[in-house]
Amino acid sequence: MSDNHHHDHPTGIKRWLFTTNHKDIGTLYLWFSFIMLLIGGAFAMVIRAELMYPGMQIVDPNFFNMMTTMHGLVMVFGAIMPSTVGLANWCIPMMIGAPDMALPRMNNWSFWILPFAATMLVAPMFMGGHFMSGQGPAFGWTFYEPLSGQNDKLAFFVFAVHLLGISSIMGSINIIATILNMRAPGMTLMKMPMFVWTWLITAFLLIAVMPVLAGAVTMMLTDKYFGTSFFNAAGGGDPVLFQHVFWFFGHPEVYIMILPAFGIVSQIIPTFARKKLFGYASMVYATAAIAFLSFIVWAHHMFTVGMPVAGELYFTYATVMIAVPTAVKVFNWTATMWKGAMTFETPMLWAIAFVILFTIGGFTGLMLGVATSDFQYQDTYFVVAHFHYVLVTGALFAIIGAVYYWLPKWTGHMYDEKLSKLHFWMSTISVNVLFFPQHFLGLEGMPRRIPDYNPMFADWNFVSSIGGFVFGASQILFLFIVIKTIRGGAKATSQVWEGAEGLEWTVASPAPYHTFENPPAIK
Amino acid sequence: MAEQKYYLPQPSHWPLVGSVGLFTTTFGFAMALPSKSGDPIGSLAMMYIGMAILAYMLFGWFSTVIRESESGKYNAQVDMSFRMGMMWFIFSEVMFFAAFFGALFYARQLSVPWLAGADPGTNELLWKGFEKSWPLLSTPEMAVKPEAELTFAKAKDVIGAWGVPFYNTLILLTSGVTVTFAHWALKKQNRSALIFWLLATVVLGFLFVTLQAGEYGEAYKHLNLKLSSGIYGTTFFMLTGFHGLHVTIGATMLLIMLFRAIKGHFTPEHHFAFEAAAWYWHFVDVVWLGLFIFVYWL
Amino acid sequence: MSVTKTTKILRSLFAAALLCGPALAMAGLNMHRGVTVNSHDMYDLHMLVLWICVVAGIAVFGVIIYSLINHRKSKGVTPATFHESTTVEVIWTVIPFVILVSIAVPTTTSLLRYEDMSNTDIDIKATGWQWKWEYEYIGDKITDSNGVKFFSQLDKESNDARQLKSNVDVTKIDHYLLNVDNPLVVPVGKKVRILTTGKDVIHAWWVPELGVKRDAIPGFINESQFKVEQADWDKVQKDGEAIFRGQCAELCGKDHGFMPIVVKVVSEDKYKAWVSAQKSAAAASAVDSGKVWTKDELIKHGAEVYAKNCAACHQPGGEGMGPFPALKGSKIAKGPIAGHINIVVKGKPGTAMAPFGAMLNDADIAAVITYERNSWGNDMGDMAQPSQIKAAR
Ligand code: HEA
Ligand code: HEA
Ligand code: HEC
Ligand code: CUA
Ligand SMILES: [Cu+2]
Repeated sequence: MSDNHHHDHPTGIKRWLFTTNHKDIGTLYLWFSFIMLLIGGAFAMVIRAELMYPGMQIVDPNFFNMMTTMHGLVMVFGAIMPSTVGLANWCIPMMIGAPDMALPRMNNWSFWILPFAATMLVAPMFMGGHFMSGQGPAFGWTFYEPLSGQNDKLAFFVFAVHLLGISSIMGSINIIATILNMRAPGMTLMKMPMFVWTWLITAFLLIAVMPVLAGAVTMMLTDKYFGTSFFNAAGGGDPVLFQHVFWFFGHPEVYIMILPAFGIVSQIIPTFARKKLFGYASMVYATAAIAFLSFIVWAHHMFTVGMPVAGELYFTYATVMIAVPTAVKVFNWTATMWKGAMTFETPMLWAIAFVILFTIGGFTGLMLGVATSDFQYQDTYFVVAHFHYVLVTGALFAIIGAVYYWLPKWTGHMYDEKLSKLHFWMSTISVNVLFFPQHFLGLEGMPRRIPDYNPMFADWNFVSSIGGFVFGASQILFLFIVIKTIRGGAKATSQVWEGAEGLEWTVASPAPYHTFENPPAIK
Repeated sequence: MAEQKYYLPQPSHWPLVGSVGLFTTTFGFAMALPSKSGDPIGSLAMMYIGMAILAYMLFGWFSTVIRESESGKYNAQVDMSFRMGMMWFIFSEVMFFAAFFGALFYARQLSVPWLAGADPGTNELLWKGFEKSWPLLSTPEMAVKPEAELTFAKAKDVIGAWGVPFYNTLILLTSGVTVTFAHWALKKQNRSALIFWLLATVVLGFLFVTLQAGEYGEAYKHLNLKLSSGIYGTTFFMLTGFHGLHVTIGATMLLIMLFRAIKGHFTPEHHFAFEAAAWYWHFVDVVWLGLFIFVYWL
Repeated sequence: MSVTKTTKILRSLFAAALLCGPALAMAGLNMHRGVTVNSHDMYDLHMLVLWICVVAGIAVFGVIIYSLINHRKSKGVTPATFHESTTVEVIWTVIPFVILVSIAVPTTTSLLRYEDMSNTDIDIKATGWQWKWEYEYIGDKITDSNGVKFFSQLDKESNDARQLKSNVDVTKIDHYLLNVDNPLVVPVGKKVRILTTGKDVIHAWWVPELGVKRDAIPGFINESQFKVEQADWDKVQKDGEAIFRGQCAELCGKDHGFMPIVVKVVSEDKYKAWVSAQKSAAAASAVDSGKVWTKDELIKHGAEVYAKNCAACHQPGGEGMGPFPALKGSKIAKGPIAGHINIVVKGKPGTAMAPFGAMLNDADIAAVITYERNSWGNDMGDMAQPSQIKAAR
């Protein structure tokens, strides 16, 4: 390998289009997911605006369903998943002392499929006369058959999911190969930072379930266009089969979104508590246990579907068991903070908020896992509250924390501490105003995915909408802070944080284009 | 010396070309599928252009990789990354098939018995007269609707296990052996044996596909067994169809390996591409065994 | 009702706290306890797990907050160095496990009770359509209600008010979006089995106070049961009837939010009277379908049928919307009448266009077709008679 690969990378637009550099690709992923967060968030703003008052004021019901659906899809597949892949790209090679990802060209491809997939996903929204009568997906992010089969532009959705799947699978293969094959000598598996561990397991989950999702949408495609009857009882199939296949993907999917967040928090807390992560080994085993359990609990999303009672019982037992390894994680974080010497820089604030608010979401998850009472909760705002606590104050909060944590390493500049604290407090207060009342709405009996409601739900919806708008505005502030940091700011040191440990903190800030041209020494 | 440790490829335009190809193909296809608006002819053209771009990308990308490989740029670590990549890719394929096998078992064990059964009245109230059987030749719809209004094709019979499917099993199992012989020959640096056994494998592979296509023709023409024959036809064609597609891909991969072997590529130490194709071939083989047992036989 | 031992113990533990539950429910913050054994079970379990979570939360968050306050660098502490302890880790793995087992026990008993479909008094088939419910009484041990069959959909007042930008003050409407034209009627104190199925897509039949939620899946029948206890009913009934409201709880397309369920639970006498009234109404409408109508009569009746059944999708002016085609100037509405009759009677599988033959009688269909062919500039001039519809079925 004599040619000096690292001295001649293209500049300008070509740098980004053709890059094989993990940092460039990480940056692309992160910006893509940020844009998707704004788009998905804008859809959420439409939802909250329509629901602010009872009565139909702004959009017609079909458009409302499209907003709900696209909001869920864009957030899950466009914002949360790619952002954690972006973090993996940036950080994993640095954390394990590798020069780059194992398969850099494929890495570029995993990213560059995404914008095309997103285009495919939103394209039908613009088909059909004017915007309001668009034919985009309006069948929920769970796209249950046979409702989804009624969509005239279903094929676009199916292929969008195929493309997203191809991207995720390639990205995960890359991450696994990197972690297993590119570690610097001496970096044994049990010495790896937690973030690397959680991603190793997440990547495994992704490779296991994305193909199943691809199978599910393929069946939808052939049912609609080629006469098969997977989900059609008249031909001997069953609409519920769709739900089984979907949730076999869908439940692990929610852990795909949360495990990297667990990893992030396990990096941040020790740094600012100035104390080693408590129970490293049990963290690893707990992560693995969660991943394993995630394959055998899927039907807790289908308690009302009319399963035999034995099935309902089994899925209840299995589901609530996930609380055990998750509890281990929560306790370990708590024990890490215990008797530490904590400081509260912005990343730490997000991490602490994560631990508390995610746990609240986990508690409601536990409540949902009990089949008998889930009959009352299912498909109400109680579920919406649950999953926003785990997704927004869980996954998203951890990701934002990660951005603050590593931003100095990426850009070489410190972010504006005052503004970022403002961002944190605004977000944390408003997000609770936004989602906490949704518990009440759900318990009172408000179904989800409805554009209008009885006035008895009016008060809490109003409160929730206000919280939503403030939370939305706070994220614009986030965008501003990030741009400001990229353009300038106090110079960051290599170590950045006093308590930071790990290889990524041994290299300069901003990290050089090729981090480790020679393998670093591991203690 | 330390420079030798890691290999990092140059920036490349192939991924982007690949994305454009994928997008053009699928977008064209999506537009071509029947819907209330759309332009099938123009869309199909778009799809074919996309496929051409994809072919161009595959050719270009693989040429680059082969060139780099033959010029000795790849060290053991790169080789290992490729191996892991291929293994996990095959794992993802396994999971893809698992979804369809899952659908098959679900239909056989749960949905058909429910539709025919005595549970809360599904049969009694909705599909009176429908009876459980497997292979399922008459659908629930046929029990309750007059012939003229059926949306599903009524199959006359199914394809038995012990005719062509059985021969195909033998063919694929044999091809698994021949590809192993080819591997041994490669390791022993016996190029003519390598070429011979590879050729044999490829021939067997395409023979399999041809026989399978003949069976499909038979099913459609004479048995009226179609994709639209209800859940039996659905699972039968989707499982065997995806498998057939994978055989075609695997055989094509082996064919390329054959050409490369003829051109003098591969050394006993360095032949990852060959091994990847061989792994893939074994995977296709194993899937077939599952199909033979659960789709044709039991 | 009988509560399991574990529940009892935990209940007395939280006795004081538990009193908050109903109070919260009254304030619109909590689940309602409802009027059936199902809903009581659900509520009790809900409160049990909720309080477990509250206690766990207080413990965990308490430690965190204590730590946040006391273990900060600004207080000059030096960080401890411990980072594992097998004993502690085993303990806090086992404790949650034990708690979970204690939840699993009452869950099991209540689930088995919920799924017990034996000894029902009335069987009712509830079919979800986009977007209305069809009820059919099929097995009644109290009166001979078999064959009573009707559709139940959002009442007109709510329906008018919920149109986009209708500018109606919805707070002035009684039970806005939770009212229907024909409620389901069942007697108190009897075990009712609901057999749910879907016509087009999946719906879910949910009435919170009755503690029933079950999906209505096309091509399959699901069962669930409830029995309103006399004692609970006495507390809420008025003039021999108590009304319970719910909504469709599975996304089923555009008007999923406008598909309420209303169940009127009445005394047995009232129930019997209602059944016989239903039967005579059905006989009367059969007569309608036999006669020959004039075009004006058809158009007039057709306009009503259209507004009630078709306007939701094809829009009041026939101009269609999004995935729902315009009928104004449509090829089918201006084409041969046989094609028009066919699509209305048989629907179009795989789309939202349902087979209205199963929902409307011959006269209704003839009328709506005649109306469509002679409105919004579709000046076809022809008409359909009920007899033609009958022949096309
Ligand atoms: C990041 C995503 C994420 C995460 C981590 C979780 C975590 C969990 N979820 Fe959630 N869930 C979703 C995302 C997620 N969920 C989404 C998106 C949906 C809706 C999908 C849709 O329909 O659109 C959903 C829906 C959903 C349902 C279906 C509800 C319904 O539709 O009726 C259920 C039911 O069981 C459930 C359960 C759980 C459980 C038991 C956990 C557990 O993992 C939680 C475990 C954590 C804790 C319990 C807290 C920590 C523990 C302690 C501090 C110890 C003390 C504990 C004890 C009291 C024992 N979830
Ligand atoms: C994965 C992550 C994720 C994230 C981050 C969010 C974030 C938000 N979600 Fe979420 N949501 C889902 C996943 C997520 N959601 C899923 C899976 C569903 C289920 C879908 C389904 O039922 O199929 C759902 C459904 C859902 C519903 C229920 C809809 C229904 O049932 O009909 C609601 C309602 O309030 C809601 C609100 C919000 C809000 C207000 C935010 C906010 O946090 C968003 C904040 C971000 C921004 C606002 C972006 C920045 C601002 C701008 C772009 C400018 C505009 C700003 C202003 C006008 C102030 N979401
Ligand atoms: C749930 C929504 C819905 C309701 C309610 C509905 N329709 Fe339709 N209708 C559709 C859809 C969707 C189509 C398009 C079907 C297709 O894809 O061809 C359609 C098509 C039609 C067509 C053919 C139009 C054309 O040019 O293709 C006619 C005529 C029609 N409906 C009449 C009626 C009548 C009469 C009623 C009421 C009795 C009614 N519809 C109620 C959804 C609905
Ligand atoms: Cu019917 Cu929702
Ligand atoms: Cu789940």
